[in-house]
Amino acid sequence: MFRRVLGKTLGFVGYTIQYGCIAHCAFEYIGEFVVCSGPSMEPTIINHDVVFSERMSRHLCKIQKGDIVIAKSPYDPNMNICKRVIGLEGDKVCTSSPSDLFKTHTYVPKGHVWLEGDNLRNSTDSRSYGPIPYALIRGRVCLKLWPPHSFGTLSESPTKRIIKTQSDSD
Amino acid sequence: MVLIMLIATLYSPLSSFLMAQQTTAGRRYLRAFVSGFFVAVPVTVTVLDRFAYVARVEGASMQPFFNPEGGLKSDIVLLNRWSVRNYQVQRGDIVSIVSPKNPQQKIIKRVIGLEGDFIRTLGYKNQYVRVPDGHFWIEGDHHGHSLDSNSFGPATWTSSSCHR
Repeated sequence: MFRRVLGKTLGFVGYTIQYGCIAHCAFEYIGEFVVCSGPSMEPTIINHDVVFSERMSRHLCKIQKGDIVIAKSPYDPNMNICKRVIGLEGDKVCTSSPSDLFKTHTYVPKGHVWLEGDNLRNSTDSRSYGPIPYALIRGRVCLKLWPPHSFGTLSESPTKRIIKTQSDSD
Repeated sequence: MVLIMLIATLYSPLSSFLMAQQTTAGRRYLRAFVSGFFVAVPVTVTVLDRFAYVARVEGASMQPFFNPEGGLKSDIVLLNRWSVRNYQVQRGDIVSIVSPKNPQQKIIKRVIGLEGDFIRTLGYKNQYVRVPDGHFWIEGDHHGHSLDSNSFGPATWTSSSCHR
């Protein structure tokens, strides 16, 4: 009697470990669902939207300019931020705000990316903390799942802050 | 082309129906192999990602602690990922992080300072640096032969693991 209970418990624990590991592999290497909060990506992503972010682009280093990414916050590793990639390593980015008279530019250093939110007026991003290392990126947002009336892929950047270089048009 | 695809879609359920009638030792072996594969691979990947990882230390930046002879023999270390799951390290720990200069390379260095500490640097652009929140200052034991915070500044939690 006791042996049957022990056998069943061990079997249950074994199944839990197995499905837990499969779930970890799926969330780590395929994709995960993210609930976004905050106004920094309006109008592309509104507060309380659910999006699906896929992980394979980050592991294969295929993140491109103009992608929306989920990254670990450089100031608090427990917090995630959702922003758009404006510049990859070596790109020229504009660091001055649109209201400044003189425009200043900087180049993104090697191994880093420059992130900006779509809602430029209400977003803390690389304009305050500088470029972040590429390895902090967790995944690329590819689909918006909730609310149902805006289901589908996400639109291009509305802010026109991406500076296109000669090699981009190839 | 369409005819071939039609024949293929009709053939596979028919053949599996015929094969299911006879459970040979080969099919039982195949089933055991596939089920074992789906257990072993996720468990191994999860253990390597969350608990422990084995790595080889290359280079002279942590001499004399790692690779004291240099050259041909490289030390092999066990990295403990479980102890950094809450993002807590102490000064003096040796950690392995993804290099901020090259996301495909991992570097192993010692933690010298945590957030809020004031560091006197060796060869950095500012002589005194206050480590910002969420960052830490790492240096190799072999100063001068080491790509560490003295080159790229304070480092942050780009997938690190700890070796005590």
